[in-house]
Amino acid sequence: MCLAIPMEVKTIESDKGVVEAGGVTYEVSFRLLPDIVPGDYVIVHAGFAIQKLDQEDAAESIRLFREIEEAEGKAKNE
Amino acid sequence: MIRYMEEFRSAAGSRALAADIRSLMPKQELAFMEICGGHTLTALKYGLAKLLPEGLSLKSGPGCPVCVTPQRYIDTALALTARPGIVVATFGDMLRVPGTDGSLLEAKARGADIRICLSPLEAVAFAQANPEREVVFLGIGFETTAPTAAAAVIEAEERGLRNFSLLTALKTMPAAMRALLESPTVRIDGFICPGHVTAVAGGRIYEPLADEFHVPCVVSGFEPTDMLRSILMLLRQVREKRGEVENEYTRVVGREGNPAARGVMERVFVPADAVWRGLGNIPGSGLELKVDYTRFDADRRFPVELPPPREYPGCRCGDVMRGTIDPPACPLFARTCRPDNPLGACMVSAEGACGIHYSYRDA
Ligand code: SF4
Repeated sequence: MCLAIPMEVKTIESDKGVVEAGGVTYEVSFRLLPDIVPGDYVIVHAGFAIQKLDQEDAAESIRLFREIEEAEGKAKNE
Repeated sequence: MIRYMEEFRSAAGSRALAADIRSLMPKQELAFMEICGGHTLTALKYGLAKLLPEGLSLKSGPGCPVCVTPQRYIDTALALTARPGIVVATFGDMLRVPGTDGSLLEAKARGADIRICLSPLEAVAFAQANPEREVVFLGIGFETTAPTAAAAVIEAEERGLRNFSLLTALKTMPAAMRALLESPTVRIDGFICPGHVTAVAGGRIYEPLADEFHVPCVVSGFEPTDMLRSILMLLRQVREKRGEVENEYTRVVGREGNPAARGVMERVFVPADAVWRGLGNIPGSGLELKVDYTRFDADRRFPVELPPPREYPGCRCGDVMRGTIDPPACPLFARTCRPDNPLGACMVSAEGACGIHYSYRDA
């Protein structure tokens, strides 16, 4: 039931809208997550957007992974 | 964004994190419980157990909505399908759960009107389009799903519907975690807390547990690197003798959760006692409709008489969800109990530990 993949908000009309992930679109309700605008990424559960993805935070996590990977790569080469 | 998902699944990233985990592993054995079935799936799918050092085990917990739903509830839903005029609407993974006498799928094959919904709002729309039918939605799940069920009730109210109701078995997670911590037979050195329950309810719901039981809690995302990072954070807490709530899934989760969703949930539901498969009755661990909304309560509107519920003899779902055994330790696992012939709830759902272990048993 949990879709862990963030979906991009395409359109919003009152408390409903369309989100997209991997080329597939879904209609969802924004009743549980007001203050969303097109271009935001959201987590969807049972037809409702339940939380917004913090894109800067996601980018920061990825940067940290890269550092860890590089550190391990170096350790191996030494 | 697709690339972003790949980064969180990077094998090199996983190996690097696993190396850090190995370097921090203490001498004593440790067992971390992943509450959520989504985490069990990630762990098995990406073979995380093989990356972890010896002595560090992951146990499944009571976080699969279908699995914790007690037998009596399934039996009630089955009894409702037999009443003329009633349409039972449900998430698909409830269909094959064996009740005391058959499953909803078998009832459907016999002609019962059972509709599969991806969202409770579909059930509301169906009720509106079919005013001569009584639509009962099977409301199961945790803090993630409870606001969606609440929103459906509000939607039905706004549309003036009198033929929509909810059969609730909604549950809240912290009380079940407390019951596990208080159980003398269950050993838990840290919790990998469910990401999407926490996305709604907020990281603070675990703070009383961490304080009282001094148990490390880390809220985790669902990608393999998320889980490894969470395990690393738990290990650090163990080494530093901390028992705190930390958050790995910061890109989605905050301490306060989603106030709008919580508000909708609190408008419609109040805490109540609830029976969990495998854990029994846990005070205050469920949600029931508030007095103002009892006209949407299927239990009140359509009371049913039931014989005592019975689970399949030998099914050890309860032990699996308490983390006291791994699914392959059940004598029925993969022999008589398989996804095409499930004998217990844990074999049915995509989030059930037995079903997940079965899918990845050779991986
Ligand atoms: S393998 Fe089947 S019978 Fe055994 S505990 Fe799991 S669901 Fe129950």
